[in-house]
Amino acid sequence: MKNSVSTWMHKRPKLRLTALLAAPTLWLVVAYLGALGALLITAFFTIDNFTGNIIAKFNLGNFHDILTDPAYRNVVLRTLGIAVSVTIICAVLAVPMAFFMAKIAKQKSQKILVALVLTPLWASYLVKIYAWRTMLEPNTGVMDWILGPIGIHSPGFGGPAIIIGLSYLWLPYMILPIYAGLERLPNSLLDASGDLGARNFYTFRRVVLPLIFPSLVAGSMFTFSLSLGDYITAQIIGGKLQMLGNVVYQNFSINLPFAATIATIPVAIMAIYLWLIRRTGALASL
Amino acid sequence: MVEPASIIVSIRNLSRSFGNVRAVDVVDLDIYAGEFLTLLGPSGSGKTTVLRMIAGFERPDTGTIELGGKDVSQLPPYERDVNTVFQDYALFPHMDVISNIEYGLRIQGVEKGERRARAEKALAQVRLEGYGSRRPAQLSGGQRQRVALARALVNRPSVLLLDEPLGALDLKLREQMQIELKELQREVGITFVFVTHDQEEALTMSDRIAVFNQGKIEQLGTPREVYENPLSPFVSEFVGQTNKIVMDGRNINIRPEFITISKSRKFGDRSVIGKLHDAIFVGATTRYLVHTELGQTLMSTQPDGEFSVGDSVTLSWESKKEFLVN
Repeated sequence: MKNSVSTWMHKRPKLRLTALLAAPTLWLVVAYLGALGALLITAFFTIDNFTGNIIAKFNLGNFHDILTDPAYRNVVLRTLGIAVSVTIICAVLAVPMAFFMAKIAKQKSQKILVALVLTPLWASYLVKIYAWRTMLEPNTGVMDWILGPIGIHSPGFGGPAIIIGLSYLWLPYMILPIYAGLERLPNSLLDASGDLGARNFYTFRRVVLPLIFPSLVAGSMFTFSLSLGDYITAQIIGGKLQMLGNVVYQNFSINLPFAATIATIPVAIMAIYLWLIRRTGALASL
Repeated sequence: MVEPASIIVSIRNLSRSFGNVRAVDVVDLDIYAGEFLTLLGPSGSGKTTVLRMIAGFERPDTGTIELGGKDVSQLPPYERDVNTVFQDYALFPHMDVISNIEYGLRIQGVEKGERRARAEKALAQVRLEGYGSRRPAQLSGGQRQRVALARALVNRPSVLLLDEPLGALDLKLREQMQIELKELQREVGITFVFVTHDQEEALTMSDRIAVFNQGKIEQLGTPREVYENPLSPFVSEFVGQTNKIVMDGRNINIRPEFITISKSRKFGDRSVIGKLHDAIFVGATTRYLVHTELGQTLMSTQPDGEFSVGDSVTLSWESKKEFLVN
């Protein structure tokens, strides 16, 4: 019989579930959790200063060094500051953009706009950041060339450049969830608010913003975590500025356990961030 | 009850197109203060667009809407003294019931104590005392409907606009709400403009009905006028059921309930004989389908009688009950 396999499977729900989830579970456990576990364990190892070999013994020394050395604390705060700035800039740009896409643009242009928001994601990350390098290059860059005559100059390579570059890179990840959230928001709620006497800004503050808050949180998780872990942008347009990722990169070949310890910091920050969000209740309605 | 002299909404020459579709095609309409006016029509007939233009959600292409003597057709919704009950209720899901109701008062700057008192009173008016702290998601469809009503009425608008508010309720609840709505309207004395595609609902509740078809008002009148003397074939078919008869070379329209069925006796000055084709029991009445000697099948709606399918029967009616005779 043609259907014999499906009939046989139909009577065995557990086997069906196993077949469905085997591959993703394997991937999750081995590649994802495995790597994360290895990272966490390695963070507690040290190296022999003389031979450079890894000493696989539990040791809090790396954490002690990071927490007491002001240089590392500065890198942590700087990275955090950049990630927060990027998230705020993305949110401020994305909300009106997504609102236009979901509520004002015609049905036909909505799809085109979504495609346009996605197009930058088709280009390579490196290409985009090198493009920004050309844009922001002091004196000879595109920005100084065009805006220089009216007195606006490139901020040069450094913190502001990193923030501009990362905001550009992650903006689509903020726009899309907010757009999806606004699409789910019935137009009648906006009509009702106006009908009850609210001007547009009041409607935005009291109706739109609370209802798209979960979408904003979803977008911020992308922009925030992607910024926390980035190091290439800092390398290319950050000048001498270092983010956490750069410190990991530098220590990777010379002191692997120390690099692992640094790498746990963004993980810990993300965990705290998620915990804070959870307390607002936004995760429940995602 | 209704002072015909006091016109609260005056619509002149109103038109609105969407793309190539003329949704509203030169409508004139006066709405009296305190009346229950129903805009009745099939979907796409323009009734909802007229309502949305009164509310301010749509701007007319041409024409004017005067509210209390002032042209409001170009004003935004928040500058119009009307409130709307939406088809999907449009309650704010992130606010509890009392905050939903207080929303309009809060914007008007009504002080907190009075605000709460008025909101509680509105909640009592729709018989939902004690539901203030619930979220809309925790309410049934009928309860949401009432909250939406309270949220609009609490602002004491000069006109309340209702966009098919009973459409999502089941039949039993809908019939109950029809009566409640009508009572509420008498109680608060506010002008109600009610949009529906349900002719029975329109007949039950309205002081006057405006029947819409293809963006125009086909007939405007009391339920009795619209039902008993429809001025166009469209109205006669949309409001109630109609037998279309060709008799003596003339077209005649007659409602099924005005046709009496009997074995051989005549009740009225017109009659036709035929064979009973089918009898459909619908509870209070039975619908008899009769193949007549005219070659047409007529329907007679009467209390259940002693007839079997295949019987020879006589259908009769009073000629004064006929309409659209030509």
